[in-house]
Amino acid sequence: MVTRGFGGRRPPREQAERLPPGQYLTEDFPVLSAGPTPQVRLEDWSFTLKVGPKPVAEWDWEAFNRLPISRMTRDIHCVTAWSKFDTSWEGVLVDDILAEAGIEAPKPYTLAHCFDGYTTNVPTADLVGGKAMVAIRFEGEPISPDHGGPARLLVPHLYFWKSAKWIDGLQFIDQDTAGFWELRGYHLYGDPWREQRYTDD
Amino acid sequence: MTDGGAEPGTVRAARWQPSTIKRIVRQTPRVTSFFLLPRTPFVWRAGQHADVRLTAPDGYTAQRSYSIAGAPEAGPEVELAVERLEDGEVSSFFHDVAAVGDEIEIKGPLGGHFVWNAADGGPLLLIGGGSGVVPLMSMLRHRAERAAHVPVAMLYSARAWDEIIFRDELLDLDGKVGLSLAFALTREPARRSQDFSRRIDPPMVAAVLAALSEGPRLAFVCGANRFVSAASDALIAAGIDPQRIRTERYGQ
Repeated sequence: MVTRGFGGRRPPREQAERLPPGQYLTEDFPVLSAGPTPQVRLEDWSFTLKVGPKPVAEWDWEAFNRLPISRMTRDIHCVTAWSKFDTSWEGVLVDDILAEAGIEAPKPYTLAHCFDGYTTNVPTADLVGGKAMVAIRFEGEPISPDHGGPARLLVPHLYFWKSAKWIDGLQFIDQDTAGFWELRGYHLYGDPWREQRYTDD
Repeated sequence: MTDGGAEPGTVRAARWQPSTIKRIVRQTPRVTSFFLLPRTPFVWRAGQHADVRLTAPDGYTAQRSYSIAGAPEAGPEVELAVERLEDGEVSSFFHDVAAVGDEIEIKGPLGGHFVWNAADGGPLLLIGGGSGVVPLMSMLRHRAERAAHVPVAMLYSARAWDEIIFRDELLDLDGKVGLSLAFALTREPARRSQDFSRRIDPPMVAAVLAALSEGPRLAFVCGANRFVSAASDALIAAGIDPQRIRTERYGQ
């Protein structure tokens, strides 16, 4: 449906090719979250891996920082329609977390859990094979609390609400189980290139 | 984080559909309300938003989310209060081009967290900065229609008296039973004894909380990120359970 009188501002071609449908490029880094920003002290920080209800590994901040650190530079896409190019992150690949725990991706789905009670669901296949990390630095600096520090999940190929802030664990489960936003009208999977913003998109 | 009464899981999938601009009402020099009538009307909950999508002749599209200002009872026309942003691709279209009778694509209702239903009860604390007042206005209007007994305190920060969106309606509501309203003007002196003339800070939040006879069951905070952070940090410092605070942020 053409909108009368709307010309629009097209980004240059090299930008347009990197923008999923309905997204626009932003240079800043907007903050979106459902509640207050939790202030997680490093001495209180922990990260737990669970298979079903059972914890199988746990790290404190120091131990987690001794795991192999990888870098990822990726474009990120927020469901509220902004995208940001070439964001650079350092953290521990989910592959390396699993290796350290001595297990292989044990179940088809994963729930990410966070210090503020937030959850989000991601198929396990989207977390392994170098696709995702638990990030602890953004642009070379510790991640600020507003942006999810001390640590956030980074799953850059899905809408950014999947990259859960203030993460404190991954739980592997048998059935795909809707997380916080997924229960509130947002898409179960969230592929920006298929514009899966809302339930049934 | 827990949700009192937000009914997660009951969200009906929203679809793109045409709507017609029925009315345009200027609210402030930078904010104008557009009343859109969707071809297939939908029912929303106070605090939800809608997406609008503009399409150029060559198929290029731009879409944005706008909070719904009207109470659910005000349907089927969906009131979106659009602030003109410098360089705003979509907001400048609304302000400079859109006219009554135009068709705009809309999708809604959206969002299932920053919502309040009369059945959720109170007391209610609403803190808005700038156009962050829009979803709070929907809640206030819904309360007036359905739950006028619910105590509510509101703090609304704007740059100037003339930039207070819905000012006359808010002034009319203020002083009614169970409702207390304070404005915080950041670039002008206060005009009323209960108002403030500075940016939001913890003493201001404490003063607004004191207007409620008991702590809020739910606090809704909406505005720019810095404003929302300042407000919610002040609420936590005042002893409010973070689980009772819901935020909606835009930009930085």
